[in-house]
Amino acid sequence: MRFSALALARSALSFHDNWPQLWRSPEPKRRYDVLVIGGGGHGLATAYYLAKEHGIGNVAVIEKGWLGGGNTGRNTTVVRSNYFYPESARLYELSLRLYEELSGELGFNIMLSQRGILTLAHSSHQLEMLARWLNAMQLNGIDGELLDPPAVRRWLPLLNDSAAARYPLKGAVLQRRGGVARHDAVAWGYARAADGLGVDIVQNCEVVGFLRAGDRIVGVDTTRGRILGDKVALAVAGHSSVLCAKAGFRLPVTSYALQAFVTEPVKPVLACVAVSMATGTYVSQSDKGELVVGGGLDLYPSYAQRGNLPTLQEVVAGLLELFPAFGRLRMLRQWAGVVDVVHDSSPIIDHAPVQGMYLNCGWGTGGFKAIPAGGLVFAHLIATDRPHPAAEAFTLRRFATGALIDEGAAAGISH
Amino acid sequence: MLRIPCPWCGPRDEPEFRWGGEVPVLRPGPPEAVCAAAWAEYLFMRENPKGWVRERWVHACGCRQWFVVIRNTVTHEIRATAPLGEPLPEIGP
Amino acid sequence: MSRHAHRLERGGRIDRSRPLDFEFDGRRYEGFAGDTLASALLANGVRIVGRSLKLHRPRGLIGAWSEEPNAIVQLGEGETTVPDLKATQVELTEGLVARSVNCWPSARADVFAFLGIFAPLMPAGFYYKTFKWPSWRWFEPAIRRAAGLGVAPTRPDPDRYEERHEHCDVLVVGGGPAGLAAALAATRAGVRVVLVDDRPVLGGALQWEEKLIDSRPALEWVAEAERELRAASHTRVLTRTSAFGCYDHRLVALSERVAPQSRLPIRERLWHVRAAQVVLATGAIERPLVFPENDVPGIMLASAAMSYAAQYAVRPGTRTALLTSTDFAYQAAKALQARGIEIAAVVDTRADPGEVAADARRAGFAVLAGYGPRRVHGARAVRALEVARLAGGAPAHTEQSPLRIECDLVCVSGGWTPTVHLFSQARGALRYDAQRAALVPAAGPKGLQCAGAAAGNFALRECLTDGFAAGRQAAKAAGARADAGVAPMAQPERCAVAPFWSAPHADRRKAWVDLQNDVTRADLALAVRENLRSVEHLKRYTTTGMALDQGKTSNMNALGILAELTQVPIPEIGTTTFRPPYDPVTLGALAGRRIGALYHPLRRTPLERQHAALGAVFEDFGAWRRPAWYAAAGRGRQECIRAEKRAARGAVSVFDGSPLGKIEVRGEDAALFLDRMYYNSMRTLAVGRIRYGIMLSEHGVIIDDGVCMRLAEDHFLVSTTGGAAERIFSGFEEWLQCEWPQLRVLVTNVTCAWGNIAVAGPRARELLALLSTDIDLDPGAFPHLAVRCGRLEGVPVRIARVGFTGELSFELNVPAGYTAALWELLLARGASSGVRPIGVEALQELRTEKGYLHVGTDTDGRTLPADIGMGDILARKSEDFVGRRSLMRAEAQRPDRLQFVGLAADDPATLLPVGAHVLADPQTRRGSHGYVTSSCMSEALGRSVALGLVQAGRRRLGEPVEIYCDGRLSSAHIVSPHWYDPKGERLHA
Repeated sequence: MRFSALALARSALSFHDNWPQLWRSPEPKRRYDVLVIGGGGHGLATAYYLAKEHGIGNVAVIEKGWLGGGNTGRNTTVVRSNYFYPESARLYELSLRLYEELSGELGFNIMLSQRGILTLAHSSHQLEMLARWLNAMQLNGIDGELLDPPAVRRWLPLLNDSAAARYPLKGAVLQRRGGVARHDAVAWGYARAADGLGVDIVQNCEVVGFLRAGDRIVGVDTTRGRILGDKVALAVAGHSSVLCAKAGFRLPVTSYALQAFVTEPVKPVLACVAVSMATGTYVSQSDKGELVVGGGLDLYPSYAQRGNLPTLQEVVAGLLELFPAFGRLRMLRQWAGVVDVVHDSSPIIDHAPVQGMYLNCGWGTGGFKAIPAGGLVFAHLIATDRPHPAAEAFTLRRFATGALIDEGAAAGISH
Repeated sequence: MLRIPCPWCGPRDEPEFRWGGEVPVLRPGPPEAVCAAAWAEYLFMRENPKGWVRERWVHACGCRQWFVVIRNTVTHEIRATAPLGEPLPEIGP
Repeated sequence: MSRHAHRLERGGRIDRSRPLDFEFDGRRYEGFAGDTLASALLANGVRIVGRSLKLHRPRGLIGAWSEEPNAIVQLGEGETTVPDLKATQVELTEGLVARSVNCWPSARADVFAFLGIFAPLMPAGFYYKTFKWPSWRWFEPAIRRAAGLGVAPTRPDPDRYEERHEHCDVLVVGGGPAGLAAALAATRAGVRVVLVDDRPVLGGALQWEEKLIDSRPALEWVAEAERELRAASHTRVLTRTSAFGCYDHRLVALSERVAPQSRLPIRERLWHVRAAQVVLATGAIERPLVFPENDVPGIMLASAAMSYAAQYAVRPGTRTALLTSTDFAYQAAKALQARGIEIAAVVDTRADPGEVAADARRAGFAVLAGYGPRRVHGARAVRALEVARLAGGAPAHTEQSPLRIECDLVCVSGGWTPTVHLFSQARGALRYDAQRAALVPAAGPKGLQCAGAAAGNFALRECLTDGFAAGRQAAKAAGARADAGVAPMAQPERCAVAPFWSAPHADRRKAWVDLQNDVTRADLALAVRENLRSVEHLKRYTTTGMALDQGKTSNMNALGILAELTQVPIPEIGTTTFRPPYDPVTLGALAGRRIGALYHPLRRTPLERQHAALGAVFEDFGAWRRPAWYAAAGRGRQECIRAEKRAARGAVSVFDGSPLGKIEVRGEDAALFLDRMYYNSMRTLAVGRIRYGIMLSEHGVIIDDGVCMRLAEDHFLVSTTGGAAERIFSGFEEWLQCEWPQLRVLVTNVTCAWGNIAVAGPRARELLALLSTDIDLDPGAFPHLAVRCGRLEGVPVRIARVGFTGELSFELNVPAGYTAALWELLLARGASSGVRPIGVEALQELRTEKGYLHVGTDTDGRTLPADIGMGDILARKSEDFVGRRSLMRAEAQRPDRLQFVGLAADDPATLLPVGAHVLADPQTRRGSHGYVTSSCMSEALGRSVALGLVQAGRRRLGEPVEIYCDGRLSSAHIVSPHWYDPKGERLHA
């Protein structure tokens, strides 16, 4: 059924008894053209674009738990394309453009809110780095504006204005097209649309091993039995190393907990997304009114999906340095995702070192904003065995050649 | 908040320590004899296991000694610690 | 309505001699000391205390503590206002001002109540299906304004928060019967105990259940237990303290609200508690029942009604029906009747409740067994409850002869949900116990156990024995030797329950599951119909359990209903994750003292007072508070910096270089070690000489630069940039300990032990000659890049002939305590030579014109040695060093790498802005060939100068380029970076 206000009104008359399933829960078939491992945003988007762009509908998405339950449902929902490297800018701008059309494309409201994202500088040196970054953005064809402190304060009236601030405000870069989107809706929208194109979404199905024919991977052993696939595509973020170990190779990935928290909901106090270069804290306000706050990674590898207290306290302190008025708000809920961090914080979208297997990982702390492009370019790679033009640089080989795409190293702005 | 038993100072809270990567990672050399793949292996490739891992930590706000820790990356339980080069229990299942 | 109209004549733990005035929604009321805001409102007959989030339904109190979903208030005004508090947890104080949230003008008369008529259009997840056309942005602003509950303060929080660390043998969370018994047992066993409870008073449910313990009124036992615990020197009792999270390695985090009457200038305290053993006696929360119109004000948990009546002497209603599926309601009926509340009937959904019902009938109560709720009459207050016989005990719909029970209060009791949040956060496993209709702790993590109601033992007798045993066992595990004695005893009681997850509702009336978020049973059914059957999907799609109470009363009902709807048994469905905090925690308390000057504290040089006296304008450079420049009356910033530069170029300047990193490297292998740490060769450095060097990461990237001085064969002094000292020093230690433990080297970070003053300028030697020293300053004896140790004015000194200005320069290193005296002496003696202190800004401009690069400014996280023109060293050095192999990678050999060069604006008066890019394609204005990294106006050269990193820059010297900055273009040429004194003659003066 097409989703619209009219459909909703009509269904109201029948007490909403007529809504169909958003997606089926089929038993897995014996064989598929493509098996996508991981039912998060990237896996679901990959399946959707395989079916839609490449006509490959005989696809299964294999999910260990419930779809969208990994980092897709655990992030701070920020979307943006303010990148320094042309390679990054191209990929993330593609993603943002896809996001801009996604509610219509999927017929599912992902609540994209392009409210603007402000990156704040707090010293002369940071301001110079911001300028270098802003000019790179503009030369990459990305919208960006440099704001002076009074202009920043018009956006963020509650920003610390004390003369004694540890990190005084020096300026900011604004990307107006940046913002937030509803994370669950992105997963659900892609799942529903992929299901509509014939993709089987198999939940509660954990991959326990890979099937091989000679050197080639030809399927997976799962908790729900053996499933054959001509091509096996991995999109499991923080668990990439675990599955690749089963396939017999290692990745340049380390898994960390990235935590976030929300406060109790309050009436609108924060119009945009704010990121601080000095404190590493970022914050936005959800449509429900909660402040959604994130910061740096926990300081050692973890698969625990929960944050520790020292990092939380540091993030909160960073938030209050920026917005001292938020001190009386209360934290309502704290959580963490397991993120796949690589040295240059750029993704790997490439053939795996074993035949028949494909990799989409290494998004680290920034996978959510990349979901549409990640799915599109990964589907292209799987379907054609050639990299998508927007993803040519994001190879596994770059770790041997040294051709890293390290935003933090080049622009001094961590991503 | 981890409670890490420093082999020299005893159990202390996590903020006194810094994590330094899984071990062992053997530094290949001499440079001329190391192929690009082996160097990349050394610089970047890691087991990154889900479960027990052997890694090195430094007691940065204490004795500043590096030591080896056997830790579980899911439960964060620490099974044993020992000074570098001293024997530690094998990583079991 | 008269004051205290609903206050009982007698009883309650309130102080009737201390009336307190307060205001709610603009009206004034009176309560007593000991009241909560909720009990005081109820005493004043205020039934509508809030509005629901989506539909703005009028809502009354359901609970009496942290489980309350409806009574959400904004407390106070101005900078100390607090949004989103539960009125049930707000202790009443004199003059308290509260208002309901998310409604206007008041909860009683909310103009947004009209939204209720759109309820059919707003089922679960309706926003995913609508608001797409023409664009979400058209709808979002209105939706944002409508959402949110309270209002955030807009001025900085003036209050102060503290943090404490506590270590003990046994931590007991919860001061109810089980917790008290556990704390008593552990205290008597002689171990260190901490007991915490989030309420202002201990006793938990004993505050309202009025039972006997050891044949005495329970509250007497509570008082005696509290006296005993508080008297024990090894036991700490914390009330108003919520244990909100159990983190790794059993760290329990507490948030303590400092008592309102306390005189301490502290609002809250955050405790980190490390206990050898943790006993969770966190109790259980009663569940409401899900039935049509179960949100009408006047429907309340039975335990809450008992609490209001017994603890606060408030009559929550005059005539009540109890609606239950448990034995507990019969206790409640008796207790409420004893407080003068008329019991209309006990409606029990169980067909045969057994003895408990027979006893009640014998005591004169009307019991309707096998009946279930059909609906509630009344919109803004309960007028009657309509019940009907259930068919076959199953929650099937029946049309037979509904009964209407007139009442103004419906007490609901659907069973108890153990509070297992901390247990679950500590990775404890839960199991569904069908007999108790509850998720109870199963396998627990080491050192942590649940006791009493938290473990599913709901009867007082079991709470006491279980708690006592847990306390005794925990003490023993923590090493106690003494015996704890005998557990307190209570009478046995009946606690049977037969879950009744939801009522027949075929008439499509709304039956609420999550009251605050307006989630109904129909919403859950819709989610299931749409195949959002995972409990996490259900929660996220419907938002059930995501309100301020985090599902304390709703999660278990939602789970039961999900099981009914999907026909999947509860154990197979599982539960959502329990995430911290158990109860919301104030951000200020989490930040503690890490605010203002104590947030990332700045490092200060030994000359800070001297700088301030000279008018220094301080800035943060790599976490050091340093003078950026020295202000002079009547002169602007640029003018002052120019004067500083003039002194350095024309006379003599002094610069506080104390933040410069200083690392001593000693030992027979010191030279070998430094040879591996530096890109440059250090083994060949002669004693008394200095060499500039760069250090690389293992990735080949330049991470720091500085000079290395050889003080003796086996003794080096390494200097690093100010912000990098700790990082480089730690790196040295790591390499030495982990990679080359056989090297005999000792490294020591002496950064703060030595002050450093750079004396630079053509008259620098002249100035130094005015001081008494045993060091020969003659250029022949003390050339450029030499180091000499001796005494200066009787003080030990290390003088290095190095600098960052491009002039004749001496760096004077003296023990930190002598730095100020030396500084003052230099300024005094040098007055006639025209000496001037210079700040970081002037130094940066001087080194920019000289073409000295600054690591981190003119290099970035990709810059390799060859990129800054030092590629030739690699060929000359045969030994391995950190990063060497990375320099051989394909990427390092690319001819189009960014290289360090100068950039000359074609118009010498044009300053090329730092961060501007060299345009790759001036036609399309797309693409970058590098960027400006440093830039200034040079008086010495009479033009602007700039440094930058440019693609293949060294091959392109002389080439014209277009420089792009935020839409503006300037023309420039690529030039050598060595602008000033390119031959370095001035250095050797």
